[in-house]
This record gives sequence, structure tokens and C-alpha cells, in this order.
Amino acid sequence: MTWLSSFVSWLGEFFGSGENWSGPGSIPVRLLEHLEFSGLALLLAVLIAVPLGLAIGHTGRGELLVVVSANLARALPTLGLLVMFVLLLGTASIWPVIIPLVLLSVPPILVNTFEGIKGVDPELRDAAYGMGLRGPQVLGRVLVPVALPLILLGCRLSAIQVVATTTVAAYTGLGGLGRYVIDGFATKDYASVVGGSVLIVLFALVVQVLFALAQRVTVSPGVSQRLKVR
Amino acid sequence: MITFESVTKRYPDGTVAVDRLTLEAPTGRITVFVGPSGCGKTTSLRMINRMIDATEGRILLDGVPVQGIDPPTLRRGIGYVIQQAGLFPHRKIVDNIATVPYLLGWDRKKARATAMELLERVGLDPALAGRYPFQLSGGQQQRVGVARALAADPPVLLMDEPFSAVDPIVRTNLQDELLRLQSELNKTIVFVTHDIDEAIKLGDQVAVLQVGGRLAQLADPKTLLSEPADDFVREFLGQDRGIRRLRFISTAGLRLRTDLTVAEGFDGSSPERWLLVVDGDGRPLGWRSSDRPEELEPFGTFVHGTDSMRAALDAALLSPSGCAVAVDERGRAVGVATRQALDEALAEAADG
Repeated sequence: MTWLSSFVSWLGEFFGSGENWSGPGSIPVRLLEHLEFSGLALLLAVLIAVPLGLAIGHTGRGELLVVVSANLARALPTLGLLVMFVLLLGTASIWPVIIPLVLLSVPPILVNTFEGIKGVDPELRDAAYGMGLRGPQVLGRVLVPVALPLILLGCRLSAIQVVATTTVAAYTGLGGLGRYVIDGFATKDYASVVGGSVLIVLFALVVQVLFALAQRVTVSPGVSQRLKVR
Repeated sequence: MITFESVTKRYPDGTVAVDRLTLEAPTGRITVFVGPSGCGKTTSLRMINRMIDATEGRILLDGVPVQGIDPPTLRRGIGYVIQQAGLFPHRKIVDNIATVPYLLGWDRKKARATAMELLERVGLDPALAGRYPFQLSGGQQQRVGVARALAADPPVLLMDEPFSAVDPIVRTNLQDELLRLQSELNKTIVFVTHDIDEAIKLGDQVAVLQVGGRLAQLADPKTLLSEPADDFVREFLGQDRGIRRLRFISTAGLRLRTDLTVAEGFDGSSPERWLLVVDGDGRPLGWRSSDRPEELEPFGTFVHGTDSMRAALDAALLSPSGCAVAVDERGRAVGVATRQALDEALAEAADG
């Protein structure tokens, strides 16, 4: 039971310490930094990947781009990319961190959006055109609502990766919750390592819950089929 | 009226799907395109609302060439029903039906009211309005598909094998329902099927298409059955077209005997071998054979004047007596069609 008691005492030490709640390296500040980096990166990735995925899935043009991006995503070492951008651009701005994070999170969103749109039953597409919907209306009123679960899944996968990778980004000297872990190891401050880890796990869980809620609100019950027959 | 003027569809690889098709689908009637797969029937249908564009020739809608109309605008004026219904899964039934009215910019309330009316019109419970398509059976979804096609009250309805994915009993119901609706609405309907029986049942006129998209014959169902244009049509119609033709011959002229009917409990003797026993209301109970008078034998009925000769013959074949029982709309026996009477009527039918 010694590991558990030291775990608890480290937690108490970390969260009980007054200086961890105010000042430049405090929990609220690190949390906001983490939110800023991962949120901004995800937002940019969504703004790039969703329209691209919709366009490619709807028109069928540029499918190669999706394949290439999916393969690149598997091949790119995120940490290497991070270090490279920091070496190239320095740490004066947050962009050396944001750019690799965006690059990392575009492929899952792009691939899932594309597959979601492309995978809609051709009969349904046919019916939509046959009713007299125009191309953009078919996309916006039929294909997107039907493909929404997959599009959101892509965003969620990216969010998980971004949140995790933002932790590693602390390695470059920028902020974020990862600082507690990395700095903690460097100074053998295990209370900081443990407390930071717990915060990161909680952060990731909250993100998951938010996505689950977003899915519940935006996806039609007719698509998710979660309604019981009344 | 829909007019095909020497319409050809040729694909870039040289395949000809429809070959110089010329025909008219008259206003207010059901025209059925029927033929084996690869005969171009669906292609022909889809050229009407420009889901596919013709390579040569013209298709006119009340004299106006469809090729000159912007496809979405054209399609909003034409009802379209497809095989799997193709309902939008994310929309409630009422909003599915109101798809075209919404597109046409109708007031939301009016569009929904129209949708509710149509829901009942196609024989569905209004309580289904708030459900999603996945909560409905295949037959119900197909009815919603028909309601959706009718929502903006288009004069023309295109139906592409709409009933082929449902089971035979539901299909029969849907066919009967379509005929009932058509008797109220008088739409110009083009209906595609690969099922010749469906074509004969629904069509005012039937266009039989041959592989390669050539029109083999265009005729009303009765003519089609009695005078097939060539061997292809004859073969496509199948073995029992003589029997099926009886569907178009009325039983009104059938000679009935009324002296073969006896009341329940009859115990006398008669020179006739078979006597029809009826209850107090005149409803048939069974045949009494002079060999075994204590036991009633099964019987078959047809509604006199309403049912076809096919039903009368079927009724006769269902009974060991070999006679068919003619009943009125309320099921009371009005007489008996003996083998002799049926024979005379069949001889007349064979003469045309």
C-alpha cells in the first residue's frame, strides 16, 4: 500500500500547495495554456479539414489527397516535427507548437469527413437529387446530417491526439500541463509529476465528455437510431 | 402528356441503353415500362426528370422539351418514387413528406399541414408523423415515399420499381392502394417494373422493352396478352397468358343457375348431383353431394359482375363440384356458374 499512500500524499502536496494556485506557473494558468494550444490547433485543423473533406467526398475529386494525408499522418513523428519547428522558428511565439499540432490533427478529420460523405447510401443521394435539391443543398441538407457521426468521430480522434501531444510540447519550453510532468522529472519533484498527470487525464476525459454531448445535441435521432420506437 | 421522340441514350463506351424510343404517356393514365434487366426501362424513366440526359431525340412534357428546363426546377415539378423509398433518415416522416414544399418555399405550417393530409391519404396513421424512417417497416416507408412524391401536387409521377423490395403481400396492398389513389388523383404516371404481372395489373398501357433499349410493343394489357407483337413479347409474358387474360373479362355476362341452391337442413332428394347449401342469410355453407349428403364439400366464390372470369374459374377449381358460386358484395349467393356456363364464357373469351 506504500505506492498508494505516497501517491495520495503527492497529490495532497501538489494540489494543497498555495503557490500552485496563483502566479505564472500555477494550475489555472497551465490549464488555460493547454486549452489554448490544443483548442487553437484543433480549431484550425477543423477549419482546414472539414471543408476539404466535404468537397472531396461530394465531388469525388482529389481523393488522392486524402490517401496521402492519411499515410503521412502515420509516418510523421510528432515529437521530431515539434523539435524541428521550434529549432526553425524559436520559442518567441506559440506557432512552432501550433503548426505541428495542426498537421497532426488534420488527417483524422479529413479522412473521416471524406469517408462519411462518400459512404452515404447512393440511393439517398439519388433521392435527394430526384426531389430537386441542388448540389450544395444535397450536401448541406442530406449528406452532412447523415455523415455527422463520422465527421464528429474524426474531430474527436484529433482532439485526443492534440491534447496528448500538447503535453509533449512542454518539452520545448512552452507552457501547458505537460510542464508539471517534464519539469517535475527534471527536478525529481514527484508531487508535480503525479499532480500534472492527473490533471492531464482529467482534461482528456472532459474533452471526451464534451464531444459525446456535442454528438447527442447535433446528430439527428433518426441517424443515431437511439430512439426507442414509441 | 409525356412524349418520347426517337430518344436514344448512348454511353461514351458505345453501349446503347435506349434505342430510338418513341412513345406517349397520356395524361391521367398509368404507363408501365416493363422488360428484363438491361432493357433501358429505368434509364428511360430517369431521362424524363433529367437524372440522366438523352443523347439524341427529345422528351416533351406537355409539349415542352425537358432538356430546356433547369434540372432541379424540372424535378420539383415531377414526383419521384424509388425502390428503397430513399427517405432522409435524419428527418421526421412529416418533414420527409414536406421536402419539395420546403424547397418551393412554402410556409412551414402549410407544408406540414399538406404532409399530414398526405400521410392519411396513403393509408398511414397520422401518429407516424413524428417518427424517423428507421422506425417504420419497409411497406410503410414506401407509402411515405409515395406521399413525398405527391406533396407538391405534381401532375406527373415517376415510379422506379417502387414495390419490388417489399414482400408479396405488402406489394399487393401497395398496388391496390396506388390504383385507389390514382382513381382519385388522375396523375400522369410512368411506372417501371420487371414484373409483368405488376405491369398488367397497374398499367393502362404497357411498354415492353427489349435488351438494348428497343420498344418491342406498346399496348393496353388485354391486347398485349391476346396479341403479343413478337416471340420476345410472347416469351416475356410467360406460359399462362391465356389464363391471365381472363382477368380482363367480366363475369357480368356469365349465365347463372339459381335452381341449385337449397337451405341449410335440406333433406329431400334432387336429380342434381351437387346442391349448394346456404344459411338463413343466403351465405353459402358448402356443396352437398348426392353420394355423401351428410357431409358438406368446400366451395369457391366470386363477386358477380365485379370479379373477373379469372376469379370465377379459380372459384370453380376450388370445389369438387366444379361449379363456382356467384355472390353479391355482401357475400350472399346469387347463383351458381356451372361448368357448362363457364365453358360457354371461356369459348367466348377465346374468340376475343
